[in-house]
Amino acid sequence: MKPHEQDLFPPEWLQPAIRNTGDLHNTIERPYVSYWQDAWQRLRRNKLAMLGLVFLLALVSMAIFAPLFSPYSATAQDLRNQNLPPSALHWFGTDDLGRDVFTRTWQGARISLFVGFMAALIDFVIGVAYGGYSGLKGGKTDAVMMRIVEILYGLPYLLMVILLMVVMKPSLLTIIIALTITGWISMARIVRGQVLQLKNLEFVTASRTFGASPGRIIRKNLLPNTMGPIIVQMTLTVPSAIFAEAFLSFLGLGIQAPHASWGVMTNDALPVILSGDWWQLFFPALFISLTMFAFNVLGDGLQDALDPKLKK
Amino acid sequence: MNTLPLLEIRHLSIQFRTHGGHIHAVRDLSLAVPPGQTLAIVGESGCGKSVTCNAIMGLLPQQTAKITRGEILFKGQNLLDLDAKAMRQLQGNRIAMIFQDPMTALNPTLTIGEQLTEGVIRHQNLAPNDARRKAEQMLSLVGIANPHERLGQYPHQLSGGMRQRVVIAIALMCEPELLIADEPTTALDVTIQAQILDLFSQIQAATGIAIILITHDLGVVAQIANQVAVMYAGQCVESGSQRDIFYHPQHPYTQGLLQSVPRLDMTRESLRPIPGQPPDLFSPPPACSFYPRCPHALVVCNKVPPKLTTISHTQQSLCWLQDLRTRSNLSACL
Amino acid sequence: MKNYVIKRFLLMIGTIFIIASLTFILMHLIPGSPFEQDRQTSAAVQENLRAFHQLDQPLYIQYFSYLKSIATFNFGPSIASPDTTVNELIGRGFPVSFELGLWAIGIALVSGLVLGVMAALHHNGLLDHLCMGIAVLGISIPNFVLSTLLIQEFAVNLGWFPAATWRTPMHMVLPVAALATAPMAIIARLIRSSMLETLTQDYIKMARAKGLSPMRVVIRHALRNALMPVVTLLGTLMASILTGTFVIEKIFAIPGMGRYFIDSISTRDYPVIMGTTVFYSTILVFMLFLVDMAYCLLDPRIRLHHHKGQA
Repeated sequence: MKPHEQDLFPPEWLQPAIRNTGDLHNTIERPYVSYWQDAWQRLRRNKLAMLGLVFLLALVSMAIFAPLFSPYSATAQDLRNQNLPPSALHWFGTDDLGRDVFTRTWQGARISLFVGFMAALIDFVIGVAYGGYSGLKGGKTDAVMMRIVEILYGLPYLLMVILLMVVMKPSLLTIIIALTITGWISMARIVRGQVLQLKNLEFVTASRTFGASPGRIIRKNLLPNTMGPIIVQMTLTVPSAIFAEAFLSFLGLGIQAPHASWGVMTNDALPVILSGDWWQLFFPALFISLTMFAFNVLGDGLQDALDPKLKK
Repeated sequence: MNTLPLLEIRHLSIQFRTHGGHIHAVRDLSLAVPPGQTLAIVGESGCGKSVTCNAIMGLLPQQTAKITRGEILFKGQNLLDLDAKAMRQLQGNRIAMIFQDPMTALNPTLTIGEQLTEGVIRHQNLAPNDARRKAEQMLSLVGIANPHERLGQYPHQLSGGMRQRVVIAIALMCEPELLIADEPTTALDVTIQAQILDLFSQIQAATGIAIILITHDLGVVAQIANQVAVMYAGQCVESGSQRDIFYHPQHPYTQGLLQSVPRLDMTRESLRPIPGQPPDLFSPPPACSFYPRCPHALVVCNKVPPKLTTISHTQQSLCWLQDLRTRSNLSACL
Repeated sequence: MKNYVIKRFLLMIGTIFIIASLTFILMHLIPGSPFEQDRQTSAAVQENLRAFHQLDQPLYIQYFSYLKSIATFNFGPSIASPDTTVNELIGRGFPVSFELGLWAIGIALVSGLVLGVMAALHHNGLLDHLCMGIAVLGISIPNFVLSTLLIQEFAVNLGWFPAATWRTPMHMVLPVAALATAPMAIIARLIRSSMLETLTQDYIKMARAKGLSPMRVVIRHALRNALMPVVTLLGTLMASILTGTFVIEKIFAIPGMGRYFIDSISTRDYPVIMGTTVFYSTILVFMLFLVDMAYCLLDPRIRLHHHKGQA
């Protein structure tokens, strides 16, 4: 034993350490954050998705208020002021019938957003009812219901929509009907998938033993736990409905003149491109694209936020 | 026996960059694997054993992992100095690795034969027919019947135990000198586990291959390990021969591990788990990492990080209790 | 595997049957159908129609003769162009539409795969964000909007490409670009997420641990597995490209079947509408069937599903 090693540590350091054993059993806890709060925080961090959300909120407000405050009507023609480029009087210019493009754009926004939301809502209701019931019942009922869905899924969506619009008189109502006739299928599949996963969990069985009806089980037990994928699906249904409506209008099967929908406006603007009146095409095109873009990035963001297992 | 180690890790430190900060996954780790022997690395989840092996194989995620210090010497050459291309010459060729879950380790869209032969075709320039013949031999070696048929089959047609044998066969195709097995039996039934471990012993006896076996199961260690390294919180806290570790464990953590394994001849009261949790590696403890959970801790253990103490020519421990300086002072106090 | 093929084939026939029947029902049972009373057509046309569709007969006979005509691909005369039959219109227009659609899907597939794989390999890097930015734009701009923008910029302003018709390869550039953009974007996004997920799999680690070159790992190991969802999606994509041809042909004045279809909608030329609808659906359903077959080839688990007894 060498002398210098002896003095290396002060003797009190060589005493047994006294620790509070209670510390051992206290695990550091993270503050409790619910699933939704967690998802919201994750969404907030996604700048692009938040941008989309802000844009959509702005769009909705403009759609509601702009036509109310505009001095022009969306449908009144003014043949003295045809094809005017954007100016202080007409922020987006006028079209070939002298109508103010700005007002018409927001009128179109109303229609497109309305169609989009209604389609998503109806898809939601039908899809949840069908998928939830099918998943809950299971067995033969489920097999049959899914067979039907499989066949329906094989029918070309837009083709059917076009066909329906050909035989029905085009109006807002008929468009929505045509869009939702087969649009609910994706939602039904998702809901059914979720239900199948959840229905064997204990809290559902507990409900059953209390005699809850299938409707009640779906509403109270299953729905709150499947909201994540459902919300994502709805957010992505809206832009496809808006697209379908614009598409139909473009083909002349949707909203009819003189009403303004973005699809109609794009269609009307086509012949005028070659003469250089760019604003008639530009604004509806811009807004359709921006709206779909916003919904898509928001939908993506929601998906990342609500199902964090993927990506990062 | 002082032969040069086949693989030697010196003072290896690895950090990971995450949203929450830097994780010090491996801290000043030193290990050695003698040729032809089996080193078992034991430890809890998160102690750094898998990270270490990924580092040896060059499989660390480039974007987030950083080796801040140390060397990994394979036959004297520092693997960390090699560029990706040079490393690829070694991977699957001189050093092979197998993973834990046989159900996911094989590509579902390629046949067994294709997966067996692609490595040897690449590394040894074997003709496809020769490669297939070698593959059949290898399948027989690992105990799979009807090897010729198996070559044309797909992974989903095989059971879990068979898949793990195939994985081992794939690893051995180029006759590597070192095999790293990351918890190879954890996902298998106990009976299959015993067979696979037997297989390792046989192969080692036949080919002289060195094996690094990662496990958290002391039973596995008891069955086939020659050398054992015990890891905790990114450090190697004790290393020694199998006998040393099981019969003369020095570090309190090793002792705790042994005491927490249930045995048939124990009474109910004598099973003692180690209380508490491993430390948070975002900010590693300044002194001994085991301090909060150690039943024999001294004041100095929380003040100064312990130094490596050589207990015998086979055994080392990272603990103040074995260190000469404290021991001599202790006996002076008693 | 045979069972699988047979099952899908029967499903295909069943779907065509349903579509044909639906079309029949829609055309006949909804009030205002021209088969009941037609205002603008001449007596000769009415006579033609009556003879072909057997309008004097009870409904169920009409139905069967309709089914028979479908099965033999004979759709009868057109209303708007009384001298041509629907079959002739299809014969004239389909090859053009098919060429357009084929180019579109080909380009969408190749560029989408390249874009998506590159994005996945540079996950969270600049290339990733760039590719995905392009992709989101691609799915957000409707194809008819894109067409008009392309015409405005490249045909009118820059004059690089012609704006209409379908005569030379130069004519093909803008329409194919407009049609292929959205599917390309969808494919890119899908293959990217599929690749990202595949790359985390153990067998990829295993392949790397074998010392295989990164290229080989990506293509032979990762891509083969990551392609599955894309193949599944191919069917839906073809449907959207098909409906896309309607607008593209209208905007670019391309003499394809889509344009006849659109025109027939505005002129309410019902035989043409019915005939082309059934024809389109048949093509589509057949393509879906082919896609199912491709899926079967790619995934050995499905191929061997019915030979389970070999483990």
